[in-house]
Amino acid sequence: MKHLISMAALAAALACGSAQAQQLNVKIGVMSDMSSLYADIGGPGSVAAAKLAVADFTKDHPNVKVELVSADHQNKPDVGSGIVNKWFDSENVDMVIDVPNSGVALATSQVASQKNKLFIVSGAAASDLTGPKCNANTIHWTYDTWMLANGTGKAMVKTGGDTWFFLTADYAFGHALERDTSEVVEKNGGKVLGKVRHPLNTNDFSSFLLQAQTSKAKVIGLANAGGDTINSIKAASEFGIVSGGQKLAGLLVFSSDVAALGLQTAQGLSLTETWYWDANDVNRAWTKRWQGERPGKFPTMIHAGVYAGILHYLKARVALGGNPDGKTVAAKMKEIPTDDQLFGKGTIRADGRKIHDAYLFEVKKPSESKYPGDFYHLKATIPAAEAFRPLKEGNCPLVGS
Amino acid sequence: MFEIFGIPSNALFSQLLIGLINGSFYALLSLGLAVIFGMLNIINFTHGAQYMMGAFMAFFLLQYAGLSYWWALIVAPVVVGLFGMIIERTMLQWLYKLDHLYGLLLTFGLALIIEGVFRNYFGSSGLPYAMPDSLRGGQNLGFMFLPNYRAWVVVASLVVCLGTWFVIERTRLGAYLRAATENPTLVRAFGINVPRMITLTYGFGVGLAALAGVMAAPIYNVSPQMGSDLIIVVFAVVVIGGMGSIMGAIVTGFGLGVIEGLTKVFFPEASNTVIFVIMAIVLLIRPAGLFGRTA
Repeated sequence: MKHLISMAALAAALACGSAQAQQLNVKIGVMSDMSSLYADIGGPGSVAAAKLAVADFTKDHPNVKVELVSADHQNKPDVGSGIVNKWFDSENVDMVIDVPNSGVALATSQVASQKNKLFIVSGAAASDLTGPKCNANTIHWTYDTWMLANGTGKAMVKTGGDTWFFLTADYAFGHALERDTSEVVEKNGGKVLGKVRHPLNTNDFSSFLLQAQTSKAKVIGLANAGGDTINSIKAASEFGIVSGGQKLAGLLVFSSDVAALGLQTAQGLSLTETWYWDANDVNRAWTKRWQGERPGKFPTMIHAGVYAGILHYLKARVALGGNPDGKTVAAKMKEIPTDDQLFGKGTIRADGRKIHDAYLFEVKKPSESKYPGDFYHLKATIPAAEAFRPLKEGNCPLVGS
Repeated sequence: MFEIFGIPSNALFSQLLIGLINGSFYALLSLGLAVIFGMLNIINFTHGAQYMMGAFMAFFLLQYAGLSYWWALIVAPVVVGLFGMIIERTMLQWLYKLDHLYGLLLTFGLALIIEGVFRNYFGSSGLPYAMPDSLRGGQNLGFMFLPNYRAWVVVASLVVCLGTWFVIERTRLGAYLRAATENPTLVRAFGINVPRMITLTYGFGVGLAALAGVMAAPIYNVSPQMGSDLIIVVFAVVVIGGMGSIMGAIVTGFGLGVIEGLTKVFFPEASNTVIFVIMAIVLLIRPAGLFGRTA
């Protein structure tokens, strides 16, 4: 009998051992804007970040084999969902990550839910992804419109900017950013005087800015991104908007946008981000590695989010083993606390929202910038618990059911 | 202050002026296209890329050679124009006898390649280009604040456009050019080097695009895709004006800028589409365009 028990124990130990060393094959698709206005905030830089994540993870887990594929969604929801459908149906992709452009991200999230795969959002901003449009197959990592509004919007109102006029990009992202910021402004005692919705990829903003100027609002909120924001700020400086006493609030400004504007034009601008390459030694070291693939460029928070998102995903996959469906992996990712070198310790909530600190920055004057990429002063840290929309207020069907 | 359709007159006047400024860019670009189409029968889809190259050239000149904006206004069009001439000599000249479609496809492909190369080296978010100090600031016109730079753009564009029109329609050189388009063999019989004239004309058209690019650099984002969005609108302008009509390109360029400006007040969401709606209407009523000669 004793002999038998020890045999069984040995067998169990062996079985365990083989599960430990079990080969795990994972396929990840990085879908981004590779060739248009968002290609610098996501794009090839996201692929570079994904490669770093895979290299770091497989170094410690040699039994995990990760294959990376990437594609360009061209900012078209139909093109994006076509790619994702093909990836999920015939190319065995387990998880899609990044997807700047909220329109495409909302479409991708639908597909991931239908096919029961996983979608980690880093590039898109619409807070609807963890609000009314949330699902059990989508995790929103880096930032969202509520967090941007809460960071920049609140700070502006608190310093006296209590009347607002919006320049809004006319699609899902712009509408979400405008809505979330209006709420923050009104909640803090401010007033929205008007808004104008411009088409995506507009060249000349002078006409819209003149409308903003006639509104006499103290703050002009730029609910747009990328090239649209750059063109708005350039035109505003030319038309003397800021020297005329109105303030600009860049609700979504990336370090790449600041580089394109030049500090001369961008100085003094307030903005909110969740990650800045020059914030600490760890980020600087990571940036150096990232620049191996993208020389001369600086990573954005979206790139950092792609890196951290993939690491956490792979952790969940190893914890689960085998080949689980998207819902199971998402549940596991929410269950284990997140911990990575770029965002530190954090959690993923029931609605799919990843929680971490956010930072309010101000763009430096040209004279204060010591080296390339030295863009920001840190004005305030918004603790994780306050940075994102409270769980109950998002109207996500996954919450409270 | 009185109101027109519920819009204060001040706002309306300022929007008209802004429309005129945007119209200057449309006019400059569509003029180049019209010259190239009128003289070479090539639908030059690289025009947007050449406009972008003009803006980048201004950046390079400032960054690496220390040459100011004013130098860039001369040097960039010449350099980009030379580049255009190389394209014309090596590729385009073989296509004149073929259907328009071949020229369109070749130039479109070239535009994609040029943009791709620039994007590869400079990324998509763009490069900073500061406004020359002498053009900073602006005038308060009472109904709006007019930046000096924009005023300069309107004046410069009008001078260049009317100058080009004058040369082509009213001088001996222009007469040779127009004759060479109608009947190259006959003009050659008079001892005129027609191929060289055509090459120079293409270079000139491309130079106009680069000039518009330099003028755009201080106020718009200098990025590889800056031309690709604009070129479609400019093509619509040329079609409305009548393919190949020089005066048509100039007048519709300014006119549509104004109409687009007004749309931005009354219904901003449609400001990117209004030009195409007008194009559709014009094509239905006058297929040759407003100023085009019916074939």
